[in-house]
Amino acid sequence: METIFFYLVALVAVVSGFLVVRCQSPVNSALALVNTFFCLAVFYVMLYAPFMAAIQVIVYAGAIMVLILFVIMLLNLGTEARKRYTHGVVWAAIASLLVLVNVVFFIKRGRVTGAEGDITDYLIKTEGHTELIGKALYTEFLLPFEIASILLLVAIVGAVILAKKDV
Amino acid sequence: MLDSYLPIITLIVVALGFATGSIIFSRLVGQKKPSEVKLAPYECGMPPVGSARERFSVKFYIIAMLFIVFDIEVVFMYPWAVMFKRLGMFGFVEMGVFILILLVGYVYVWKKGALEWE
Repeated sequence: METIFFYLVALVAVVSGFLVVRCQSPVNSALALVNTFFCLAVFYVMLYAPFMAAIQVIVYAGAIMVLILFVIMLLNLGTEARKRYTHGVVWAAIASLLVLVNVVFFIKRGRVTGAEGDITDYLIKTEGHTELIGKALYTEFLLPFEIASILLLVAIVGAVILAKKDV
Repeated sequence: MLDSYLPIITLIVVALGFATGSIIFSRLVGQKKPSEVKLAPYECGMPPVGSARERFSVKFYIIAMLFIVFDIEVVFMYPWAVMFKRLGMFGFVEMGVFILILLVGYVYVWKKGALEWE
């Protein structure tokens, strides 16, 4: 049941990812990208990471998407500009085939599960995913967390300076 | 554990089904007798002026950018709120420092007049 559901969502993700590059109108591409983000959120839920799923929807499908749409509206690509840039399907096919070969090679050779850390499935099920993130972020990684606020501060100042030249 | 998401999936399926179903049903069953008065904009609508695909002012962009920054700030608060009781006073102080640094940015934006729509 879960496997079928995974393949269903994966199909939607791949199809909407294809539409992102195939759509003629950039706004349609952006909407397809929202769909892809939602599929990724479902994958996070299936990986027992509900907090990441919420972040995916709030930050990516919400905030980042708003920014992308605003950039599209700021640039306002006309119909002529859209026709000028055609998609190089042959080159894309070759490139993605090479990537596929690469991925299959590494999956066949390496261990699929990867290295195991301190956080086990059992711990996630008993403690809870969000609680574990909170514990790590606010005790172990306290300094990076505070630095993140400075990063956000720099982003605020940068945005104001970029967009408000006349002040 | 994933079984607990079944109500959410049910809700999504029902919502999507109702939305598409009512559109398709009204297409099939509804009567279409368009007249000039019926097709005219009504209520809060108005006749369109020019093309909708115009370049937007950069003012919208700065609002979007500030929205993202404060959105991410709030995202940091979710795991903090979940762990609030266990972190105790220590957690309160560190979130206070975090908010204080971003408050500097907020005051800066306010003083620069970036929130005003000239």
